[in-house]
Amino acid sequence: MLDNLIHIAVLLLVPPLLPGVIAKTKAWFAGRDGPPLFQPYYDIAKCLRRGWVVSETTTWIFLAGPVVTLAATLLAGLMVPLGRAHAPIAFTGDLVLFAYLFGLARFFTTSAALDTGSAFEGMGAAREVTFACLSEPALFFAFLVLAKISGAFSLTPMLHAPTVAFSAGIAAPLILILIGLFIVLLAETCRIPVDDPNTHLELTMIHEAMVLDHSGPLFGIILYAAAMKMLVLGTLVLQVLVPFLPGRDVLRGPLFLVLLVALAVLIGGVESVMARLKMRHVPYLLVGALLFCGFGFILLIR
Amino acid sequence: MNGLSFVCVAALLMGVSGVTGYLFPSRSAIGQRVVAVLMTCGSAVGLSGCLLSFTGRWALPCALDHAWSLPGCRFAVGLDALSAVFLLPVFVLPALGAWYGLAYWRAASHPANARRLGAAYGALAGAMALVVIARDGVLFLIAWEAMALAAYFAATVEDDSKEVRRAGWIYLVATHAGTLCLLAFFAGWRHATGSFMLEAAPGMPVATAAPLFVLALCGFGFKAGLMPAHVWLPGAHANAPSHVSAVMSGVMLKMGIYGIVRAVALLPVGDVWWGGALLVIGAISCVGGIAFAIGQRDIKRLLAYSSIENVGIIALGLGLALTGRAADRGDWVVLGLCGALLHVWNHGLFKGLLFLNAGALIHATGTRDMEVMGGLAKRMPRMMVLFAVGAVAICALPPFNGFISEWLLYAGFFCAVGVRGAGDLPAVSLAAVALAMTGALAVACFVNMLGRVYLGAPRSETCRHMHEPEALMLWPMVLLAGGCVGVGFFPAAVMMPLEAAAAQWGRAGVVLPGMVRALPFGRLSTACCALAALAAALAFLLNRTGRARGVRVGPTWDCGYARPTARMQYSASSFGNSVVGLTSFLLWPRRCRTALRGLFPRASSFKGLVPDTILDRLVLPAFRAADRFLPRLRVMQQGRTHVYVFYILAIMIVLLLWGGAGSH
Repeated sequence: MLDNLIHIAVLLLVPPLLPGVIAKTKAWFAGRDGPPLFQPYYDIAKCLRRGWVVSETTTWIFLAGPVVTLAATLLAGLMVPLGRAHAPIAFTGDLVLFAYLFGLARFFTTSAALDTGSAFEGMGAAREVTFACLSEPALFFAFLVLAKISGAFSLTPMLHAPTVAFSAGIAAPLILILIGLFIVLLAETCRIPVDDPNTHLELTMIHEAMVLDHSGPLFGIILYAAAMKMLVLGTLVLQVLVPFLPGRDVLRGPLFLVLLVALAVLIGGVESVMARLKMRHVPYLLVGALLFCGFGFILLIR
Repeated sequence: MNGLSFVCVAALLMGVSGVTGYLFPSRSAIGQRVVAVLMTCGSAVGLSGCLLSFTGRWALPCALDHAWSLPGCRFAVGLDALSAVFLLPVFVLPALGAWYGLAYWRAASHPANARRLGAAYGALAGAMALVVIARDGVLFLIAWEAMALAAYFAATVEDDSKEVRRAGWIYLVATHAGTLCLLAFFAGWRHATGSFMLEAAPGMPVATAAPLFVLALCGFGFKAGLMPAHVWLPGAHANAPSHVSAVMSGVMLKMGIYGIVRAVALLPVGDVWWGGALLVIGAISCVGGIAFAIGQRDIKRLLAYSSIENVGIIALGLGLALTGRAADRGDWVVLGLCGALLHVWNHGLFKGLLFLNAGALIHATGTRDMEVMGGLAKRMPRMMVLFAVGAVAICALPPFNGFISEWLLYAGFFCAVGVRGAGDLPAVSLAAVALAMTGALAVACFVNMLGRVYLGAPRSETCRHMHEPEALMLWPMVLLAGGCVGVGFFPAAVMMPLEAAAAQWGRAGVVLPGMVRALPFGRLSTACCALAALAAALAFLLNRTGRARGVRVGPTWDCGYARPTARMQYSASSFGNSVVGLTSFLLWPRRCRTALRGLFPRASSFKGLVPDTILDRLVLPAFRAADRFLPRLRVMQQGRTHVYVFYILAIMIVLLLWGGAGSH
C-alpha cells in the first residue's frame, strides 16, 4: 500500500523535474547558467492559471488531445515498476495495454493537431505517426526479449527479471535492447537527434509543431504529460540498465530517483553534443533501433 | 425444435425477402419497407436460434440430413458452436444494412435498380447463412456460388458506370478462380474420404491432407481477400452501394475465414508449417493492406484495404491456433482461435460502422474523394462521434473492442516465446512485431482519414452546406458503435461462445475448460473504465475552468501568416506521403510532377497515386499478354461439327491408351 502511494506520488510530482535537469545540463555544456532547475514546474503552473484561445475550426477533439494523452500516460505510468517495488497495476498482459495506451494518446494528439487545419500541425502529426510505425515494433521486440528472459507476460516481473536473474548469457541481448530502447525513448519524447524541442522554426519540429495552437491549461497539460511520458519510458530504459550498474541489489527507492536524474543528464548530454538529424534520415535511426532490438531477440533464442 | 430449424427458417426468410419487393411498383417505398421488415424478422429468428443454443436451452451440435433428388448431393445441414459464431454477424449486419438502405437507396430516387438491389442483398444474406450451416460438399458449393453471384449482382447495381462494370468483372473472375480451387478441394475430399459429407476425418494421412489444406487455403483465401489474392476486393467494395460494401466487408469476407477454419477442423492435425504458412500470409496481408490503405484518397477504397489488414490479423490468429494444434499447445489454440473469432465479430462491428458512415458522407457529398471533404465535424457532429468510435476501435486502441481481440493475439504470441511452460516456438512470436507495426500504421491511416474528412476547414463548397443524415441512417451506426463500446468494456460477457468454438475446434484433451476464464478480463475492464473515468474527470475540470475564465476564439495560428485558407491545409496525400515513402518498396507509388525551372517558375502541379501492385502491375499485364497470345489457339475453333466430333474421338483414344497403360 505504501509502495503504491509512493509510486503515485513520484509519478505525479517528479516528471517536470526531468526537463529541468535536461535544460540545466545543456546550459552547463554551453557555459551558461540556464533556467532554474524547477522552471518546468513554474511554466506548468503559469499555464494552468491562464485562460485560453481556441481556433474557430476546432471541435471537441482539440480538447480531447491533451485530456486523453494525460489520462493514458498516467494509466501507463501505473503499470511500470519504479525500482524494485511492484507497480500498482499489474496483471497478465498489461504490457499490451501499456503500449497501446501510448497509441491512444498518439491518436488523439495527432487528431487534435489536424483539428486546427494548420499546415504546420499537419506536418508534425504526419511525422509523429510515421516514426511511431518504426518505434512501436522496436518496443515489442524489446518486450519479447524481456518476456523470454523472465518467462512472464506482465511488466513488473519482466522488468525485474534482468536484475534478479542476471547471467552472462543474457548480457548481450540486454545491451542490444538497451540501445534500442534508448533510441525509442529519444524519439518518443521528441528529443535531439529526432526532434528539437527548442527551435522556433516550425518546419523542423514534430511535437512542438503539433501543439502550436494549444494554449493556457491545455498547453500546461501537454507539457506535464510529455514530462510524465519521459519518466515512464525512462523507467523502462533504467530497468534494463540497472543490472549493468555496480551495486544493483541496493538500487531501490530514492536511489532509483537519482538514476532517473542521471538519465536526464545523459539525455541533456546527447542533446548538447549532437545536432538534429535531417527529417528524412530519422527513419534510418529508428530502423537502427528496430534492428538492435531484433538482433537482441535473435541472440537470445539462437 | 432446435436452433438449427430456427436458423434454416431465418436463412429462407432472408433469402427470399428481396423477391417480395417485386410485388410492389418500382418506386414504392412500402415495398422496400416490407423487404426490410422481412430481413429483420429473419435476423430475429436466426439470432434467437443462435443465442438460445448458446445458453444451453438447446443442445449443440445438431444436424439435419435429407436425401434429395440432386445426384450426389444430400441436404445435410448442421449447427455447432463454430457455425453459430459465424452466424451472428450474418444475422446482425445485413438487417441493419437493410434499414440503412431505406434511406440510402430510396426506391423513389433509384426506381431502375432498387428492387434488384433488394433481391440480391437478401439472397446474399440467406446464402451466407446456408454456407455456414451446410454439411455436404455439393450443398456447400451451391450456397457458395449463390453467395458469390448475389454479391456480384448487389455490388454492380450501378452497371451503367464503366468503373462499376470493370470492378464487377474483376470480382467475378477472382471469385471463380477461388471456386475452381474449391472444386478441386471437394473432389480431393471425396477421393480421400469416399463421400461429400463434411465430417471430420482424423484418420486421413497427413500426406493426403496437405494438398487439400493448400487447396482450401487458396480457394477460401480468394474470398477472404488474403494478400496476393485480394485483387478483386478494393474495386468491388469501393463501387458497391455502401450498405452492400458493409456486408461484403463485414460478413462475406469472413465466409472465406469460416471456410479455412472449417476445413482445418475437418482435416487431421497437420504439420507445423500449416500454421506457419497462415502466419506469413497473415503478416503480409496486415502490413501490406494497411500500407496500401494509407495511400488511397478514395474513402471506400481505403476502408477496403483496411479490410485486407483485418483479415490478415484474423489469419495471424488462425496461424497461431494451427501451430498450437500441431505442437499440442492448448493455450496457443485457445488464445489464437478466440482472438481470431472475436476479431471476426469486431471487424463486422467497426467496419460495418465505418462503411455505413462513409456511405452517409457519399450520400451527402456525392463524391468518394477525401481531398474535397474536410471540416464536416461542425456540420455533422453525431456522424463525427460515430466515426471516431469506429476509428479508435479499428486501430485496436483501448478501451474499445478491437483492443480486446488483439490483446488475445498478443497473449498467444507471447506464450509462444516461452512464457508459461516449455515447448516454445519463438519464430511464431515474431508475428507480435508485425501486429505492432500494423497497429502503428492503422493509427496513421485512420488519424489521416478522421482529420481529412471531419476536421480542419472545409475544402470545397459542397462541404459547407452539409447536414446530419436522417435517423434511418444514423441508428444502425449507433447500434454498431454501441457494440464496439460494449465489447471493449465488458469482454468477459462475449467470451463464452468463442470458448465453446475453440473447444470444439481444438483436439480433445488439448484445450482445457476454464482456460478463457483464467484470462484477466476483469482487470482489462477495470483498466478501461479507469481510463474513461480519468479522461472524463479531466475533461470536466477543464470544461469548468474554461467556463470560469472564458475561452477566446480566434483564427488558427499559422506562424504569422495572416490569411490562411483551406487549401493550405495538409492534404490526405501529403499526410500519407511520409508513411508511403517508408513502405515504398511494397507500394511502388506513382508520382507525377512538373519540373520547376528558372527563378520565377510557372504554376506547377503534383499528383500522387498508389496503384495496387498485384492487380495493376502483375495480374492485368498477365491477362493482357494472354489476350494477345491465346487467340492463336482459335485455330482449333473451326465451327464445323465434324471437326469437334473428331476432337472427341481423339481424346477418347488418348484416354483409352492412358487408362490401358495405367491398368497394366
